[in-house]
Amino acid sequence: MSDYYGLPLLKPPVWTWEVPAYFFVGGAAGAAAVIAAAARLSGGRDDLVRDARWIAAVGGAIAPPLLIADLGRPERFLNMLRVFKLQSAMSVGAWTLVAFSNAAAASAGADLLERATNGSVPVRVIGNIAEALAAASGLVLSTYTGVLIGATAIPAWSENVKVLPVHFGASGVGAAVSILELLGHRDRALNVLGAGAAAVETLIGASFELRQSDALVPLKDDWTGAVTRMGGVLSGPLPLALRLLAGRLPSARKAAAVSTMMGSLMTRVGWLAAGKCSIEESQKAFVRSS
Amino acid sequence: MITAFLTDSTLCIGCKACEVACKEWNQVPSDGYHFTGFSYDNTVALGHSTWRHVKFVERTAGVAAPIDGTAGYRSNTFRWDFSSDVCKHCSNAGCLEACPTGSIVRTEFGGVYVQPDICNGCGYCVVSCPFGVIDRRPEDGRAFKCTFCYDRQKAGLAPACAAACPTQSIQFGEIGELRAKAAARIAQLRERGIDDASIYDPQHTSVGGTHAIFVLRGRPEDYNLPSNPEVPTVHLRDGWSSAAVAAGLMLLGTAAAFFMQRE
Repeated sequence: MSDYYGLPLLKPPVWTWEVPAYFFVGGAAGAAAVIAAAARLSGGRDDLVRDARWIAAVGGAIAPPLLIADLGRPERFLNMLRVFKLQSAMSVGAWTLVAFSNAAAASAGADLLERATNGSVPVRVIGNIAEALAAASGLVLSTYTGVLIGATAIPAWSENVKVLPVHFGASGVGAAVSILELLGHRDRALNVLGAGAAAVETLIGASFELRQSDALVPLKDDWTGAVTRMGGVLSGPLPLALRLLAGRLPSARKAAAVSTMMGSLMTRVGWLAAGKCSIEESQKAFVRSS
Repeated sequence: MITAFLTDSTLCIGCKACEVACKEWNQVPSDGYHFTGFSYDNTVALGHSTWRHVKFVERTAGVAAPIDGTAGYRSNTFRWDFSSDVCKHCSNAGCLEACPTGSIVRTEFGGVYVQPDICNGCGYCVVSCPFGVIDRRPEDGRAFKCTFCYDRQKAGLAPACAAACPTQSIQFGEIGELRAKAAARIAQLRERGIDDASIYDPQHTSVGGTHAIFVLRGRPEDYNLPSNPEVPTVHLRDGWSSAAVAAGLMLLGTAAAFFMQRE
């Protein structure tokens, strides 16, 4: 006998669908804020900047209700802001989300006001400061979720802690670019950025496929593996190929955008679900090692 | 005073008085009547509504032969190892570090305590416990685990489980004294020919030792205890370094894409 009646040592995550949905929305919104700032500073088109700001603001408005809905005691969500703990990735994330949501809402609101006031200078300055704050907190918002699940006792997550923030950041960039493209924006920079994100996703996917480890089993086998792998293909090699073809084949860009969006969502769903399966898988490894 | 449990599995008779005393004192809800077939263990595991759990480890093959008359059973036959499991109250507690509300605190007795009036049920402690102890109670929404009978300790009493234990398998006291007691007990058991007994108190890992020390026979894995538990905060350096790289890539990549377009 090598373990206790085959019972799992660890407890599975209690999180439900709201958490992967939040990862998706927060990742895309954070990256959209960065795009808004880069587009404006590089003298990009006003309507692209505006739409990117609004994607960030809408995402920043949807994300908190998703997280609150997942709490066991939603009415106590403000307790998240009782303390700030650097050693808790969730505490850092909660504060980042508050900063991001407010900054993104302010930058989008300033955009509305600016048009209503025919380009009032103070409004524009406030809007640009808010945009910078949204971009800075957006960088954290898009990537911290990898630290959040990586710094846990769940083997499928903790063993990949070095990859997850880059993986989730690239996924967020891909999703933000795709939303802008589906809104009708055809800037070449978006295609270049989307191709870059897809290239990073392709490399990360390849590294998972080439590595063999007990902790990776839930990311490759069963339905959780199927979702994670499908998410990887839809956000990595497939959109990468489509974006390289986009010069000759305009419809390829739209296909790449749809594929990336689905891939980003599936990636989040797959990783969260793999965490639950990881409990059972790690028990087998625990038995083998003992 | 920093206090601890010393749970000596060689003295446990599997009566489950600790489980009952804990449930009664702390008014922990029932966890149902399930028949598992796992020896006499129908409690299964520690959880949101089980804060003491007696494990029934059955030994048939390779049972070490003790000196007759010293351990209450004959050699080379069936043997039970009972062990009453409990929250380890880690020196570096994963749940406490992870808690974003500050609900989980270290008490003046060194225990790890969840303040039920603060917890908002985020569930991050559940995935941060390397021992699979704390869990969210679905019908309540908050996370629960052993309180180390914080209320009783405040009043100068021993925790309910230790007070109820009829064989002193669960001892309670100052942590240094109990560590010395555990070492003395191992020496005593060795002297009696029980050479597979050892102390479980993972001081060599990032958990940094526990405030619930165990005397066990056989490997910790037999009792579903990890030999090398790690507090998840050890992954933070790698995680935030990667996040910094990711944020840098995002920023540079986005800026490059847009500034290149301008030229």
